[in-house]
Amino acid sequence: MHKLTNKLKGNKLAQIILLVLYVLVTSLSLYLAQASVTAFLLLLFSLLLLYYTELPDRLKWVIAGVVLIGVIPFVSSTGPGYQSYMEVATVVGIYVAMALGLNIVVGLAGLLDLGFVAFFAIGAYTYGIFATGQAANFMPFGDFPLSGESFWIFILIGCFVAALFGVLLGIPVLRVKGDYLAIVTLGFGEIIRIVFNNLDKPVNITNGAMGLASVKPPEIFGYQFVYPNQFYFIVLAILLFVILAVRRFEYSRIGRSWKAVRENEIAAQSMGIHLVRTKLLAFAIGASFSGMMGVVFAAKQTFVDPTSFTLLESITILVMVILGGMGSVPGVILGAAVITILNLQVLTEVTNYLNQLSLNGVISFPEALAPAKMQRFIFGAILIVFAIYRPQGLIPAKNPVFDEESLKEGSKKHRKEQITVEPDKGFQA
Amino acid sequence: MGIKKGLKVLAASALSLGLLAGCNASGGSGGSGGGSGKVIKIATQTPLSGGSATLGESIKLGAQLALEENKKKFEDLGYKLQLQPYDDQADPKKGVANAQLIGSDKSILGVVGHLNSGVSIPSSEVYEKYKVPMVSPANTATEVTDRGLKTVNRIVARDDFQGPAGADFAINKLGAKKIFVIQDKTAYGTGLADAFKKAAEDAGAEILGYEGITVGEKDFNGVLTQVLSKKPDLVFFGGLYTEGGQLIRQARDKGIKIPFMGGDGMDSSTLVEIAGDAVENVYYTSVAADASKTDEGKNFSSKYKEKFNKNVESYSAYGYDSMSVLLKGLEAAIEGNDGDLPSREKVAEAIRKIQDFQGVVTKVGFDDKGDNKFAKVYIYKFSEAKYPGVQEGEISK
Amino acid sequence: MLAEILQSLPQVLVDGLALGAIYAVIALGYTMVYGILELINFAHGEIFMTGAFIGVAMLILMTGMGWLAAMPAILALILVLVVTSILTGFMGVGIERMAYRPLRNSPKLITLISAIGVSFLLQDLVRFITEYKRGNYILTGPSMFNEQFAIKFSSISSSFSDAFFKTSTLILIISVVIMMVGLDFFVNKTKWGMAMRAVAQDRETASLMSINVNKVISLTFFIGSALGGATGVLFAVQYGTIDPYIGFILGLKAFTAAVLGGIGNIRGAMAGGIMLGLLEMFAAANLQLLTGGILGAEYKDVFAFAILIIVLIFKPEGLFGKAVTEKV
Repeated sequence: MHKLTNKLKGNKLAQIILLVLYVLVTSLSLYLAQASVTAFLLLLFSLLLLYYTELPDRLKWVIAGVVLIGVIPFVSSTGPGYQSYMEVATVVGIYVAMALGLNIVVGLAGLLDLGFVAFFAIGAYTYGIFATGQAANFMPFGDFPLSGESFWIFILIGCFVAALFGVLLGIPVLRVKGDYLAIVTLGFGEIIRIVFNNLDKPVNITNGAMGLASVKPPEIFGYQFVYPNQFYFIVLAILLFVILAVRRFEYSRIGRSWKAVRENEIAAQSMGIHLVRTKLLAFAIGASFSGMMGVVFAAKQTFVDPTSFTLLESITILVMVILGGMGSVPGVILGAAVITILNLQVLTEVTNYLNQLSLNGVISFPEALAPAKMQRFIFGAILIVFAIYRPQGLIPAKNPVFDEESLKEGSKKHRKEQITVEPDKGFQA
Repeated sequence: MGIKKGLKVLAASALSLGLLAGCNASGGSGGSGGGSGKVIKIATQTPLSGGSATLGESIKLGAQLALEENKKKFEDLGYKLQLQPYDDQADPKKGVANAQLIGSDKSILGVVGHLNSGVSIPSSEVYEKYKVPMVSPANTATEVTDRGLKTVNRIVARDDFQGPAGADFAINKLGAKKIFVIQDKTAYGTGLADAFKKAAEDAGAEILGYEGITVGEKDFNGVLTQVLSKKPDLVFFGGLYTEGGQLIRQARDKGIKIPFMGGDGMDSSTLVEIAGDAVENVYYTSVAADASKTDEGKNFSSKYKEKFNKNVESYSAYGYDSMSVLLKGLEAAIEGNDGDLPSREKVAEAIRKIQDFQGVVTKVGFDDKGDNKFAKVYIYKFSEAKYPGVQEGEISK
Repeated sequence: MLAEILQSLPQVLVDGLALGAIYAVIALGYTMVYGILELINFAHGEIFMTGAFIGVAMLILMTGMGWLAAMPAILALILVLVVTSILTGFMGVGIERMAYRPLRNSPKLITLISAIGVSFLLQDLVRFITEYKRGNYILTGPSMFNEQFAIKFSSISSSFSDAFFKTSTLILIISVVIMMVGLDFFVNKTKWGMAMRAVAQDRETASLMSINVNKVISLTFFIGSALGGATGVLFAVQYGTIDPYIGFILGLKAFTAAVLGGIGNIRGAMAGGIMLGLLEMFAAANLQLLTGGILGAEYKDVFAFAILIIVLIFKPEGLFGKAVTEKV
């Protein structure tokens, strides 16, 4: 085994072959055995393998794109499990985006936020209120519900409203630090949820605990988005944008100032970093991702009510970030995927399987230990095991290492290269 | 580097696992098809973990009992019935994800569920897409059937029937003039309390206060202090028995002796257990007739107790009746299809067509929205710490 | 309006004090662990809950064997309190050993995940055991100390009305005061208490001063969990009914109280807890009046959190916390 890995290391061709083989085998098994959740999960696992190959970044993106856009929807589309796979994939996407948003706040800027789900709620309610008849209760003009075509604009509006609230939260929070910050954000999250739960009087804005039902599905040129496989592509597109944005931010000036603030505020300040602006930006950007996904969530569920936005939800998102590896983008993506899939699919399937066994009399449980009730227990145990055996997170954050010499030379070379490369690019385009 | 190595080992094993999974799953599905006839699964979806798990489980167990009793009948028709319980954790997201799983499993021909209207509403949108018929044992929110979905039915009364019935009784029979309304700020509690409040106001009663409490808390003294200082004739509580029991108990500790009233969420033996002797002078409306009065009811209770070693909860019988209605429709659909496996649409149609089904606690006949035409509201009173209370009144539509 | 608020004030004070006392003792557990490990011990609420279950189980058992009738109720309660706190104390030590100690040198937040895991695990374990034994996980204990009292505030001034409370409320408040005074004495006056403070201040230096850091941490967990467990029993006696999910909301509130008082500060946690209890009760009883019916009791948590946020903005280190000046 050791030899094999050594051989693989540095041998890109072998890696590609292995990867393609893996994707082929898993997708074939999914294609043939549609009911097999294992095959679906293994196919998703190929993305993680891809991450560990030593291929050039651009190629990795292309392969990931092919797998996500082409292979996964296609091979799962023929069977009965299609929509449920797509549902899981969609929810994973939503959580990945939120976890990436929280990662900016917690992982990069080092501000522990325990009320992050509030921004998700704000996004969801922004669309929910205007895409149902609800808005007619307090808006003096306009014709509500707005049609599904407004969804696309609302993605942006949700993003901005959430960012605005991020800044609003950020202003008072700037004075507190560390765990005081955590409890203030927690309070903020709870306040938002309770307010949404009670804002049916004096003016009925959110319809209180009854929630907003029959939210209009997105629509474009008369084509309605109703099924999970359609939402999958919306989520994928937003996610692509989010990941690109996060990567750009991370290595930009603002990203570096976040990290500086995280490590030592005073030192960062003395290096000329504007503390207030840096922190507020972290809150705003983190919140905006959540806001966008909130809009998608409202449209997908067609129902928004405050029970979706509890403190437990905030904690779950935080768990995704910490588990994946704080500050590490691939880690956070993995963490979000693992927790969501675990929660929505694996645990349900495992308990179903155990349940069938016990109903058929193969094994017998006392009613109190019925497998269907065991999800919390299993989830808790998994969290402890993960924490103890991978305390750095699944994929720990790495800072790029720059070699000073090569950097100097590189910049010279780079300048030359640019001249030679540029026409090449033009040709490709 | 260690991670990479580990991952590659993992990858290799995953590869072989993938192959295995392919074989394994296809083998599995072949196996289950080859049993005694075709398998028909009926799903239940209720909270089996978390705070409202007692109620969720009682529905599941009731449904399970009905399914097992009908097994023989369906075996004669050539089908093997199977129960597939899902845990929606009282969470809409989880409910919808499970609904997708249910929708994609072609052998599932019906769902009994949910407990919470908040979960039921988004999940039923998914059922509708896949044409999976759903029979709800517990959702009273008007929105559940008002959207006009073809697959959604319920056997319980709506909030806008139960609330007014309670208000009518409180004002005309108990002579309450000044009423204090408390609710638990959930979809169920709000819906019921709103309906009650509106009807009471229309009937000329004065509403002294309309307050909310938080589910999961145990101390409601703050709200009760308000009750104490406002001195109403009656307190109405829209919510479930856990909070209801605490509320009543703490009210009596404060010397508030006036009658309390609640909806079907208070119809549980646990309420009596929590409140103890304080439960005296508490009224509740329920959609179920007193099960211990009829022979069928007694029969059901003893069967349930024998099988699961648990006492019946109010919703156990609803779960049982929901499943029975669903299976009745399924049977009709099979017969209408010359004994072949009917499509889900057929089953949904057959269920909606049921007009005259006598269950353990309620007679069932669906109108064109899926509401039960025979849903009645009964009013009970606790005059001692014993469940169930004494029936005081009966109101039909 | 003011007259009405005054009218109900005695009752609000009594109820708020009872609730606040519970918050205060749970907050102690959070604040002690935080002071020493800088860890938000999410499982602490569950330890409280487990304590409540152990206590009620013992009471039920004693009733079944006829002991409860044979001995004075207060003696039975003390016995149950002592046994429960020893059990939960060891449980806390065990949790620290298994779930937190291996992570001591990991990033600070990863321990949080472990703590959340422990809390889920405990919830389900307690649920399972209770349900297995009793068929229902909502547990109602034997009714004790139910005699009602009224303090005649109305005799002081007619603008007050009487406050009602039960014997159990009195017992609750007295026991909590004893616990808090005892802890305060222990931390400030004994050798072990000094060691605890030393470890909280600087773990490494403390270990150089021949303090067994691991032992001190275990001790902290023991005391915090024992207090939490005992409060659980008192809670169960006061409110009668418990379920495996009570720890979450109460734990959250208690943690808020700890922060309000200045986390890491023991006296601060006590004051914060009682303040939060009073605030909440006051809000639930009077918000409707104060806002002219626009906001009701359902906003009490908003009110409590809003006050918390305002306090923290003006005094970011909590009410009783020491402001740490960062040296450059």
